[in-house]
Amino acid sequence: MTRYFTKDHEWIAVEGSEATVGISDYAQSQLGDITFVEVPGAGSEVSMGDSASVVDSVKAASDVYAPASGKVTVANAALEDQPELVNTDPEGEGWLWKMTLSDPAELDGLMDEASYQAFIAEL
Amino acid sequence: MALNCTGMIFVSNTYDNLGDNHADDDVEAGPAAPLTLPLDQWHRTRGGRMVDFAGYWMPVQFEGIIAEHLWSRENAGFFDVSHMGQLYVSGEGVEAALEAALPIDLSTLPLGGARYSLLLNDEGGILDDLMVTRWGTGFYLVVNGATKWDDIATLRERLPDEITLNHLEDSALFALQGPKAFEALEPLVTGEYPLSALTFMRGGQFKLGGVDAWISRSGYTGEDGFEISVPAENAAELADLICAEPQVKPIALGARDSLRLEAGLPLYGHDMTETVDPVSADLLFGINKRRRSEGGFPGADVILPLIASGAQTRRVGLAIEGRMAAREGAKVLSGDTEVGTVTSGGFSPSLERPIAMAYVATDFTAPGTSLSIDVRGRKLAASVVPMPFVPHRYHRKGAA
Repeated sequence: MTRYFTKDHEWIAVEGSEATVGISDYAQSQLGDITFVEVPGAGSEVSMGDSASVVDSVKAASDVYAPASGKVTVANAALEDQPELVNTDPEGEGWLWKMTLSDPAELDGLMDEASYQAFIAEL
Repeated sequence: MALNCTGMIFVSNTYDNLGDNHADDDVEAGPAAPLTLPLDQWHRTRGGRMVDFAGYWMPVQFEGIIAEHLWSRENAGFFDVSHMGQLYVSGEGVEAALEAALPIDLSTLPLGGARYSLLLNDEGGILDDLMVTRWGTGFYLVVNGATKWDDIATLRERLPDEITLNHLEDSALFALQGPKAFEALEPLVTGEYPLSALTFMRGGQFKLGGVDAWISRSGYTGEDGFEISVPAENAAELADLICAEPQVKPIALGARDSLRLEAGLPLYGHDMTETVDPVSADLLFGINKRRRSEGGFPGADVILPLIASGAQTRRVGLAIEGRMAAREGAKVLSGDTEVGTVTSGGFSPSLERPIAMAYVATDFTAPGTSLSIDVRGRKLAASVVPMPFVPHRYHRKGAA
């Protein structure tokens, strides 16, 4: 499994053409206490760069952009009752949705973990 | 994802520029670099996340908004509100002069008494809300940070030449709020009378850690608590002194906003603006009874008839179903008809549900009225509820 990051602080963990999506630890720390997560429904199509989900924190609502295009297979139902999982375990239990990639070549433009850490160190 | 979030009052405040009414220098209109306040380094040392608010670097959170919010409701929260404007108005005839400028009745305001008032324009719009306190020889005013330069200009224009208006720029302002605020502050304070002599909206001169402090039993959270004006040069040592008490933690702007929203207290620039009148804003208590019958204050020609006829819209509280918050600018609907707009909204940490303030057409303002709010195309079910959302716990005179 390989994990990629976007400049907009989403992560996507890929195994073959299946992928899991979430927001980075840096993103959750910037947002603060997360109170609600709206995830895309299973079966919905998402396009790279489009808003696919909304994370609501005490401060503000923030769009989550799809890091790649494809079809959502399942959303994280645990977030309905425990949106704070995105704060406590953003790159694990706090994942947002799983999807089947329609164009794995899109991943070529994303950062790996080391590049992303270097990227946020500059922010 | 978009981390530079719109809808976040701490980054998109339309009132955060100094503008061109700066009293002391030639700052040009438009964005200016944020200024620093006496506790700037103090906040940074404690891990405060600093943002530009009202033209100053201010902390938006320390450990987290929900934790800070709940701490303030259960213990005591220390807030630095030194961005607010502290003014002193004095001189021969100051009482009559101030009554000509504000819709306040000073004849019933005792020494040390504080009263909420409104700075109105001639059209009846709200330029600011403020606190007015009677000191021995004049009046102490606390105005909003984002509006203070405009307020000073307005007041100077309205007050006659023989009245002096001092901007107390060498003073810092703190708030200590929560059910344990009294027990935390009491051991640090000496004075002619004990701190317990202060009831809600009463203040007095004390020594705090040996330093002169004006302490008033008031605040912006709905809790018992105090607002404390101290010399800026002593601000850091006194902040340390207060925060060394085990009941106290520093609390930042994020929780200040969620606390005041739960308390039903409007925020200037959001829940009231210069195009909103006090009748619609449900802030008639800011126009004292004698002034309502006598008039003679800016905007009276518009407001007095409006009191008689009633306003078309009114500020109300909305309780929202589910967990998705509705924020400033969201449209309020009855069926498919737009009947209002949200002016403040967010997740209530104490109630664990979203709440909002909105201006709604008066036909739809009765408590229990079912409405909906359009949030990004989704209709959230909401109902009109009385404010405050969380009961006030002020230490009122005569109460146990």
